[in-house]
Amino acid sequence: MIRVILPPHLRTLARVNDETELEVKTSVTQRSVLDALEARYPMLRGTIRDHVTQLRRPMVRFFGCGEDLSHQSPDAPLPDAIAKGSEPFVIIGAIAGG
Amino acid sequence: MSKVRVLVGTRKGAFILTSDGARKRWKVSGPHFAGWEIYHVKGSPVNPDRIYASQTSGWFGQIIQRSDNGGKTWNTPGSSPEELKSPDGMPKGESNKFVYDSSPETGKPLTTHQWYDGTQHPWEFKRVWHLEPSLHDADHVYAGVEDAALFESKDGGKSWHELAGLRGSDTGPKWQPGAGGMCLHTILLDPSNPNRISIAISAAGTFRTDDRGKTWKPINRGLHSQYIPDPTAEVGHCVHRIAFHPSRPNTLFMQKHWDVMRSDNAGDSWQEVSGNLPTDFGFPIDVHAHEPETIYVVPIKSDSEHYPLKGRLRVYRSRAGGNEWEALTKGLPQRNCYVNVLRDAMSVDSLEPCGIYFGTTGGQVYASADSGDSWKAIVRDLPAVLSVEVQTLASPG
Repeated sequence: MIRVILPPHLRTLARVNDETELEVKTSVTQRSVLDALEARYPMLRGTIRDHVTQLRRPMVRFFGCGEDLSHQSPDAPLPDAIAKGSEPFVIIGAIAGG
Repeated sequence: MSKVRVLVGTRKGAFILTSDGARKRWKVSGPHFAGWEIYHVKGSPVNPDRIYASQTSGWFGQIIQRSDNGGKTWNTPGSSPEELKSPDGMPKGESNKFVYDSSPETGKPLTTHQWYDGTQHPWEFKRVWHLEPSLHDADHVYAGVEDAALFESKDGGKSWHELAGLRGSDTGPKWQPGAGGMCLHTILLDPSNPNRISIAISAAGTFRTDDRGKTWKPINRGLHSQYIPDPTAEVGHCVHRIAFHPSRPNTLFMQKHWDVMRSDNAGDSWQEVSGNLPTDFGFPIDVHAHEPETIYVVPIKSDSEHYPLKGRLRVYRSRAGGNEWEALTKGLPQRNCYVNVLRDAMSVDSLEPCGIYFGTTGGQVYASADSGDSWKAIVRDLPAVLSVEVQTLASPG
């Protein structure tokens, strides 16, 4: 199972606590994880990536295994530790503003 | 006895204020959607327990929320368990999907508007400023958005479609953003003519359709704006708000960037009615529920100093449809007050006497239960208030 940590506002929106776990049957990439996340929680569509372009929203970041994965290709394999579920895929809102 | 429900949108959540018809004691619930900007919350006139809310964030974009029980619980339309799946088995989750129509017939894919540097810029969706539920169907609702366009939903907010004739009109390339963005902020549905809708955009002006949104025309004749190269141009005026009394939909009142205006022919021409106002800059304007010629504004010092003159918060009332104004001060701070009152932050109830409500960027919501003669803050210290809407409810039994 893939472990995903959402930022607090999106946890409220999706009505989940702490981590959420997702099953990803294909190669584990940003795209496949987000596809699975949005399939489970449709209310998150458009909040992490644009509805049409599917590009990451500018003030959202993806972290994992101590790295900023935001600028990697959405189709690049995520680190093994994320794919195996030993480390979470972390989605955060950039720290800016009030 | 009747009840009043005040729907307040703020920079950090929504609040619902309720009282009985006496309007003396208020209950406050909220924050709903804590931490999110709530640009507008408005109930359906057909079913007052159906309420729509525009929830938005610079980080996570636009969310539409809907309540079917008067604000007790909320849901993103189309995301309740029984509604999650479309026929092909994939989630819909389209209640926040505002995509401009780019069809050649209506949306004109190459349509652009004027950008701050004078170049042409493509439309980019940012947020919903205003939600206007239909007068006839609780599932039908309009949304005014930034970058300026009009959308509608006929399925209770689950999906949205642009009325592209407005943005695709010939004047679109001349529209430009004001300091707050290029937003469609006012939607007036004519109760006597279902084909007629009037809208206002900052900074483009006022527009009207007489065919349910297929075609639109600018209705800005008579406006004079010193801040644009041609002060009497067909479009480019920074209209802050328009309002009418439902019994007289051809009489429109406008608070422009500067100037308070009036039209008696549904916007075909306008006359200034600023009269003796101490400053005619401001944002909201509204009409008394029972007196179609009684109107209210909140004068603000200037476009660079967004607070009341001399630190004295005053609503001005005209009982003559403009020109002759009286200051309403009783119960409002008359020293050291430097708040603003935004364009969607004033509303009226339909009780007798009429109640007037407005919210400030300092987080107060003021109410008058006597048509403006006296005021009191029914709640203080909320986040900055973006919008105020009022529902007058009949008590069961």
